[in-house]
Amino acid sequence: MTVKAASHLRGKDLVGIDQLSPEEIQLLLDTAEQMQEIAKRPIKKVPALRGKTVVNLFMEPSTRTRFSFEVAEKRLSADSLNFSSSGTSVEKGETLLDTARNLEAMQPDFIVIRHRYAGAPHQLARALKSSVVNAGDGAHEHPTQALLDALTIRQKRGTLAGQVVAIAGDLAYSRVVRSNVILLSRMGATVRVAGPPSLVPPGIEALGCEVHYRLEDAIAGADVVMMLRIQLERQGKMNFPTVREYYDFFGLTPERVKLAKKDALVMHPGPMNRGVEIDSRVADGPQSVILEQVTNGVAVRMAVLYLLAGGHGEPVAD
Amino acid sequence: MSRLLIRHARVVDPSQRLDEGRDILIEDGVIARIAERIDGKGAEVLDAAGLVAAPGFIDVHVHLREPGFEYKETVATGSAAAVAGGFTAVCCMANTDPVNDNAAVTEFIRTRAAEAGLARVYPIGAVSKGLDGEEMAEIGEMVRAGAVAVSDDGRPVKNAQLMRRALEYTRLFDIPVIDHCEDHDLVAKGVMHEGPVSTRLGLRGISAASEDVMVARDLILAELTGGRLHVAHASTLGAISRVRNGKARGIAVTCEVTPHHLALTDQAVADTEYDTNTKMNPPLRSDEHAAALLDGVLDGTVDCLATDHAPHHADEKALEFDQAPFGVIGLETALPVTYDLLVRGKKMPLSRFVALWSTNPARIMRLPGGTLKVGSPADLTLFDPEARRTVDPDTFRSASRNTPFAGRKLRGWPFMTIVGGKVAFRRERR
Amino acid sequence: MKRVQVLDARGIARALERMAAEILEKVGDESLLYLVGVQTRGVPLARRLARLIAAKTGCEPTVGALDITLYRDDVGPWRAAHQQPLLRDTALPVKVDGRTVCLVDDVLYTGRTVRAALDTLMDYGRPQAIRLAVLVDRGHRELPIAADFVGRAVPTAASEDVQVRLKESDGEEGVWLAREEARG
Repeated sequence: MTVKAASHLRGKDLVGIDQLSPEEIQLLLDTAEQMQEIAKRPIKKVPALRGKTVVNLFMEPSTRTRFSFEVAEKRLSADSLNFSSSGTSVEKGETLLDTARNLEAMQPDFIVIRHRYAGAPHQLARALKSSVVNAGDGAHEHPTQALLDALTIRQKRGTLAGQVVAIAGDLAYSRVVRSNVILLSRMGATVRVAGPPSLVPPGIEALGCEVHYRLEDAIAGADVVMMLRIQLERQGKMNFPTVREYYDFFGLTPERVKLAKKDALVMHPGPMNRGVEIDSRVADGPQSVILEQVTNGVAVRMAVLYLLAGGHGEPVAD
Repeated sequence: MSRLLIRHARVVDPSQRLDEGRDILIEDGVIARIAERIDGKGAEVLDAAGLVAAPGFIDVHVHLREPGFEYKETVATGSAAAVAGGFTAVCCMANTDPVNDNAAVTEFIRTRAAEAGLARVYPIGAVSKGLDGEEMAEIGEMVRAGAVAVSDDGRPVKNAQLMRRALEYTRLFDIPVIDHCEDHDLVAKGVMHEGPVSTRLGLRGISAASEDVMVARDLILAELTGGRLHVAHASTLGAISRVRNGKARGIAVTCEVTPHHLALTDQAVADTEYDTNTKMNPPLRSDEHAAALLDGVLDGTVDCLATDHAPHHADEKALEFDQAPFGVIGLETALPVTYDLLVRGKKMPLSRFVALWSTNPARIMRLPGGTLKVGSPADLTLFDPEARRTVDPDTFRSASRNTPFAGRKLRGWPFMTIVGGKVAFRRERR
Repeated sequence: MKRVQVLDARGIARALERMAAEILEKVGDESLLYLVGVQTRGVPLARRLARLIAAKTGCEPTVGALDITLYRDDVGPWRAAHQQPLLRDTALPVKVDGRTVCLVDDVLYTGRTVRAALDTLMDYGRPQAIRLAVLVDRGHRELPIAADFVGRAVPTAASEDVQVRLKESDGEEGVWLAREEARG
């Protein structure tokens, strides 16, 4: 399966992978691949988004995603404004719409939003003229994470089509799993997910994956093993007994890695719980591409911003 | 003596197996005569050619929000919305502030309704004091003050022992206990129906089982006690099949279904990209559940339709999906939504349709309406089965606008609502 | 659409031959020469010039490719809705510092592409000098920019289109002048 890249993105926003066609995904990955070259220059900055304003609206704690977006914005010469608050609109006594209107009054070109609740980026995108980029919404989507994961796999394995990717962990509360399953299956990969049955949401296979309960079954013969963070802070105490027992059954140990292909990639979106979902020997081992994922994150976010900056006005003839 | 003559209507009254072109004469607020041709001498004459005249529609499940939440709705705005939607009577739930758990609040609501002078408003008292689910409220005092049923709606009656006692105690007054069937532990922090759509949207699910568990418990208790159980807003296949079985076993159970659970599914949350006007409790369910509700309506398992009209201020709905309150309004769209779906879509006979909205709810709540027999109160709903209009929330009489049906083109709009012989609402005909 | 051929394959070959000679003459120290083609058609032209120069000196100069897209002055709201120019490879195999860079492009028109190319190049280092070689100069400059080496100067009207076709990228070889037929 080869996918021809689209000539442009159809929407003004990037709220999820679900809205993207395979051709658009290809365009984003191709563009990101070109963006990687900028990081190798003596001057790691291009003027493409000069004069554009990006508001980084982080309504949930995040370090790496926010830094990654900031680096991407600076490398494209955009002006970044950071707004961090762990509170929701309710706690601030302001509706989401008010927040949106206040931001719009500052006339930003982009709003990069991380939010505790699913759908907040969609609601903002509807209300705003600015381009809205989802930097993670609740347990819904994290599109730039999936794109950087895909870029990493593509670079290491040459293609996404035909790859067998195992994703394991907290499937119920992970936004990374949703975006990754949709993206990888759309690009022709075989996706297997694994997690405790009490953390497998109903109908997840409809996103484009096979469901396994035993980690070993998912990993067997895989090209890529992607471990998800166990979101201890999101868990009630009823989904699995203890972290210790979780590691026993779902921790990625060197022995379990051996079940995958010999040169299989080990990935993790971070931040890792070492000794919970992943053993340090694996995280720091030769098959780990975890730090490359971080590097690729910047290029992917540059590509997203660049492609969305294409103006929303009247079409102009070339 | 005031006389009102309605001419050339198609009169549909299931209580007397009537579906014919007739004139209706109303004298002093009471149906005086129904005949093919009535001489209108001395009477005000209303031409109803092309309209269906039915016994007044009754909505047994609304939230009028007064006292306590007048910024969402008042008894006056709610009754105005009722008559504009073709309803001559509504039964309002007890989750106000203060809660309608005593005769004083019941009387207050009745007074407010009388001041508004539009629809008949029948309060429903709380089962438990403060809706806390612990101590039984003064049900008898509230019934004396005009309450027609009891319910902790908004919440289930969580304590099975209290539910049992309420079903027993209400036998003294022959009123139903209406339960909002939901197991809170199973619902957890759910905000929409649990299934592939909630998984895709990353929203926490409310399983159908959370409703089924409670319906099953309530049926067991109704059978044990002989009390009258009314299942509010049944939304699942499991609820319908359990009620169906319960009826077959002779349990005194009735149930209602809302227009939105019939007409919409959980896919609406995805299609509208998290529009909070698709958030209600119980949530919009999947296709198989909506289909089961429709089957239940068609085979008579479902006794009546009810809106669960739940007004919320626009500012409350302009929040994140997780944070926005549950509920949608329904009074002003219920008739065309269900007419379009059931009569036009499923070829349901008009008399069945009228029974679902009038005859049956009157029977369940033991209300004086639901019939056009001579001597009955002159409560009538006149609607035009052909008139096609677009739902425009800006025209609503309700104080709130939280409808999932905005922009829908529907047929079957009410054109005249007569309460006690007086025209309470009239829409211009084009 | 009416097409008039301005250069055929032989014409292009002759023009490049002459440009190669001029470049050698002007650059002096050919070991410093660095031919950088502007994406897309400047790249094959730079390669051809490098081969022609190698034939004369016995030593092929370094060739690079430059994508100027992120330095254009027409990205953003001036373009069609949501359309952004696609990025292409930038490949500068060795550093540009201290070298005599000769930018190579197919057509010199408004000068805006060259401006972007100069800015791009500067972000990669500090060349000793930058020269410009173009196959066709069609006039209508909007910036104070001139080419050092020109294959063919073609007087054009603004409404006309100069089409360069190279066998590496287009499968045919030649330069044409195209104009809309007068209507009516």
